[in-house]
Amino acid sequence: MQTTSKQLFNVEAIRADFPILNRKVNGQPLVYFDNAATSQTPQQVIDCIVDYYSNYNANIHRGVHSLSQIATDAYEKARQKVQQHFNAKHAHEIILTSGTTHSINLVANGYAKFITEEDEILVSAMEHHSNIVPWQMLCEKTGAKLKVIPMNENGMLEIDQFEAMLTNKTKLVFVNHVSNALGSINPIKHIIAKTHEVGAKILVDGAQAAPHLKADVQDLDVDYYTVSAHKICGPTGVGMLYGKEALLEELPPYQGGGEMIAEVTFEKTTYAGLPHKFEAGTPNIAGGIAFGEALDYMNTIGFDVIAAYEHELLDYATAQLNTIEGVRIFGAKPEQKTAVISFNIEGIHPYDMGTLLDKMGIAVRTGHHCAQPIMNFYKIPGTVRASFSFYNTKTEIDRFVEGVKKAKSMLL
Amino acid sequence: MSSIQDTQAEIIDEFSMFDDWMQRYEYMIELGKSLPLIDEKYKTEDNIIKGCQSRVWVHAEKNDKNLEFTADSDAVITKGIIAILIRVFSGQTPEDIMQADTKFIDEIGLKEHLSPTRANGLVSMIKQIKMYAIALNSSQNS
Repeated sequence: MQTTSKQLFNVEAIRADFPILNRKVNGQPLVYFDNAATSQTPQQVIDCIVDYYSNYNANIHRGVHSLSQIATDAYEKARQKVQQHFNAKHAHEIILTSGTTHSINLVANGYAKFITEEDEILVSAMEHHSNIVPWQMLCEKTGAKLKVIPMNENGMLEIDQFEAMLTNKTKLVFVNHVSNALGSINPIKHIIAKTHEVGAKILVDGAQAAPHLKADVQDLDVDYYTVSAHKICGPTGVGMLYGKEALLEELPPYQGGGEMIAEVTFEKTTYAGLPHKFEAGTPNIAGGIAFGEALDYMNTIGFDVIAAYEHELLDYATAQLNTIEGVRIFGAKPEQKTAVISFNIEGIHPYDMGTLLDKMGIAVRTGHHCAQPIMNFYKIPGTVRASFSFYNTKTEIDRFVEGVKKAKSMLL
Repeated sequence: MSSIQDTQAEIIDEFSMFDDWMQRYEYMIELGKSLPLIDEKYKTEDNIIKGCQSRVWVHAEKNDKNLEFTADSDAVITKGIIAILIRVFSGQTPEDIMQADTKFIDEIGLKEHLSPTRANGLVSMIKQIKMYAIALNSSQNS
């Protein structure tokens, strides 16, 4: 008999951990299918934040008093959890940031020092704006050339063309591990290896991959990897930048301030070592600690189990949605993507669909998903995006599909 | 021509007949579908209202003392909202448009569309209509 995730975990027990899933929206029980924008937060993570503010709120890394010590230990423990989760070699290779956007900007800003107008930077056609704009800014600053790795109709990158674009002029490559608009899983291990063959460095945006699969940064041999905690059951405003030790050592600091210095005189400031060089100012301490708790929560369930269950949901939703006439699903096949369906119905604007689904208590994302180049590729104004998490159910998918049918009958 | 207040009162009256959101939205969709089309030549980049998830074009023309609005959108619910706004504001003087309040939106159960974070641009649409009123009012005075 085929083993299904149903035998491995009990979705109702998991749902009980998420208080928000009990609420109603517009008089209907909430169906939350906007997980790719942000995940919901389990009670364990909420309790962790409350515990910090109730019991040991203090500034870290500088106080000699006990509370500061407890808070510092908890924060550094969280960094170790992140390190272990992504299998980084050292804890100081994990920079705790405010999220992926911050992480990318930190690297892009630092590279202004190393990039010249002779250089080329490659960015994939399916990036989130946060992984396009900082590199455009870097190119404006340095005169370097930004080149785009094309994608195809199936929502996958054209790897042959990517390889042909790599030359000894290529200095940096940026791709996401998983596309936020389409869910496509990019073959990053191969992309990383090819990038290194020409001596270039690579940053992989893992924001959309982290909720669904566990990346091993050493196995991938990736130079930089970025994640936002709020997509993996953690709080907003916290995330990580992983960078190889040697690369982070040579990267200049992004922001000046407290915590990131070793010694300051008006003549010269000596910067602190890793990771503090990149962590100026008081960080989101409760958020960092809760980030670690969120990883614990997900690891207790297990990423293999999560992936298997989410794929069941994805296959089911894809099949159900395809029974509706006029549905067009964009991007990769279910086996090549995470639990995301980006779709439109012929003759219906995504905004209208999203508005009516909301009235039925169903939360989806509509629009260009901060990935306008993808929408331009398909020549559409946007899509409706339903993204699933391990706490969603087939019953919710049934309600969603019924909702789409109802909205369609109202709109056409 | 009824005043802005009279038209708003009429619309409030019409919407009060609906029992639930579905009826309200079905009516708006119907209004959206019957919105008279804007002349294609006015569907320019300049006439697009920024900040909308759907594309919205609004064009204003002065006809004697009054302003006439035409508009379009690629989303039908947005068109329904525009149709309501045009019914209220078209044919009115720039002064009256500038001074009008839009509390009636609240009373017809479309309050959520008034949120500036909604990204449907209702707030931007109203602002644009008022901007036209200001612009076309001062052009007459100058």
